[in-house]
Amino acid sequence: MDSLESLPIAIKQLIVALFPAEQQALVSILVSITAILAVFPLLFGLTTVIERKGLGRIQNRYGPNRVGIPFTDIRLFGFGQFIADGMKMIAKEDIVPRAADRVVHFLAPVVIMIPALLAFAVIPYGRNMAPLDLECGLLFFFAVGASTELCVFMAGWSSRNKYSLLGAIRAIAQMVSYEVPLLLSTLTAVMIAGSLTPTRIVEAQAGFTSWGLANWFLFTPWGFAGFLLFLTAATAEANRSPFDMPEAESELIAGYFTEYSGFKFALFFLGEYLGLFAMSGLGITLFLGGWHAPCAGLEFVPSWAWFFAKLGALIVLFIWIRGTVPRLRADQLMGLAWKFMLPLALLNILVAGAWRFMTPGPARWLLCAAMLAIPYVMLGRALTESGHLIRRKYTFAE
Amino acid sequence: MTPAFLILALVTLVSAVAAMSLRNLVHCALCLAVTLAGLAGLFLTLDAEFVGFTQVLVYIGAVAILIVFAILLTRGDDPAAQGAPSRAWLFGPLVAVVVFVTLSTALLSWTSERSWAPKSDAVARQAVAVKHIGAKLMNDYVLPLEVIALLLTAALIGAVIIAMHEKASGAATK
Repeated sequence: MDSLESLPIAIKQLIVALFPAEQQALVSILVSITAILAVFPLLFGLTTVIERKGLGRIQNRYGPNRVGIPFTDIRLFGFGQFIADGMKMIAKEDIVPRAADRVVHFLAPVVIMIPALLAFAVIPYGRNMAPLDLECGLLFFFAVGASTELCVFMAGWSSRNKYSLLGAIRAIAQMVSYEVPLLLSTLTAVMIAGSLTPTRIVEAQAGFTSWGLANWFLFTPWGFAGFLLFLTAATAEANRSPFDMPEAESELIAGYFTEYSGFKFALFFLGEYLGLFAMSGLGITLFLGGWHAPCAGLEFVPSWAWFFAKLGALIVLFIWIRGTVPRLRADQLMGLAWKFMLPLALLNILVAGAWRFMTPGPARWLLCAAMLAIPYVMLGRALTESGHLIRRKYTFAE
Repeated sequence: MTPAFLILALVTLVSAVAAMSLRNLVHCALCLAVTLAGLAGLFLTLDAEFVGFTQVLVYIGAVAILIVFAILLTRGDDPAAQGAPSRAWLFGPLVAVVVFVTLSTALLSWTSERSWAPKSDAVARQAVAVKHIGAKLMNDYVLPLEVIALLLTAALIGAVIIAMHEKASGAATK
């Protein structure tokens, strides 16, 4: 089983050993980059099929189930669909509006791939499997993520289309707003682990408690609250439903990429999903124990398999949320971030500090949980009663 | 003069010149973002990871967005027919020279005060660790940090009040 554990590293070393010594450092970097470039776009392709099938099931229809291997009768449950989609995207005509700013319009989908792919560099995929083990890895992740906003602006502005521009403005406002609770919710894990290095944060979650539960940050009160805040903010950052206001098709056609067609559109689509994967990977690293197994009996499974199993579970969760929760209104979206999530994220930092200095035991657990649960209920009630957050009324569905 | 430095310096300078000379203000802002990214790259070549990433996070993630929105919300999205108004063209280089002289004298006096002996790689790396920056900020420089925090809080409250004002007067006229 040890050989399976270090299989990716062994393959990498095998490839690197093929080259002369002075080139090995460069080749090692290139192999890591190739692995990221191969794995995550493939995962994107599979996710689109799983998402369409999952949404189909939730909406009581089949979803794609025909396309399999060409020229045969093998259908593969429709999992050949993404290859057909990709070929369609490449073959489509590339339309650029006459009024568009051609240079910026062309650059936007290209530039958006840079932050989307760079973010994967610092995520630890398994034991000793972080492509770039930076001391400020977390800072790198957020710095890279923040530059997506400028690409969104470039796309929306250069199209010279009011829907594109409105979509871009909405997207940037939403991303800037939700970045605040996102950063604050990750701070708790940084505080307890005492490091900005993703690998170090994962190592801080190693081991198991006396009753067999893993030492993940998720199983502490502040970690649970932090993960929920992180998950909500990450959904908004990735422009996923129920926070997909920037591309609300009933109002804005397709938001900031309305005027993009063919492969440029596919690049935006890819960038969005890569952002979602990177965010999920960070959530796993910070709160879900990274590559660690959930209980002591399952440690024989290789660490990278655990990482990808957790990633798959989070992707399914995101699809599930998309299929069940209706879209928010723009003002509700901002209200949720600033009036509800921001105070709770700040409180969560306080609770994490208290957790650090209290003696371990059930009393600490209960006290910290109460410190979070009571303000949560009170804040929710206060906002509902004062009319800031109004219960959704379904005019036709009830 | 490593190749990385040369490339980054070239990118930074070319985009800075473009940011000053292009006609369309949004293009200027985008070029400025490239300049800032180049500067972040220069910080990274100096092993100042924290400063480099903070530069990207703050200047590209926030300041560039702010500039772009300010242009968009104040001038509409039509490109200006002529170049940006440059009545202060004599004043600009003067300010630039003053800033450059101040910064360079400060830096030169700092290097003459301390022995500028090349440290070993490990020591240099240790010196820029995030932990040290945090410890310095929380011990030696806690007062400036608090003053900046106060200033930013005041600015935040001021911004909220400016944004709220319209709504309050609208309610009063009703």
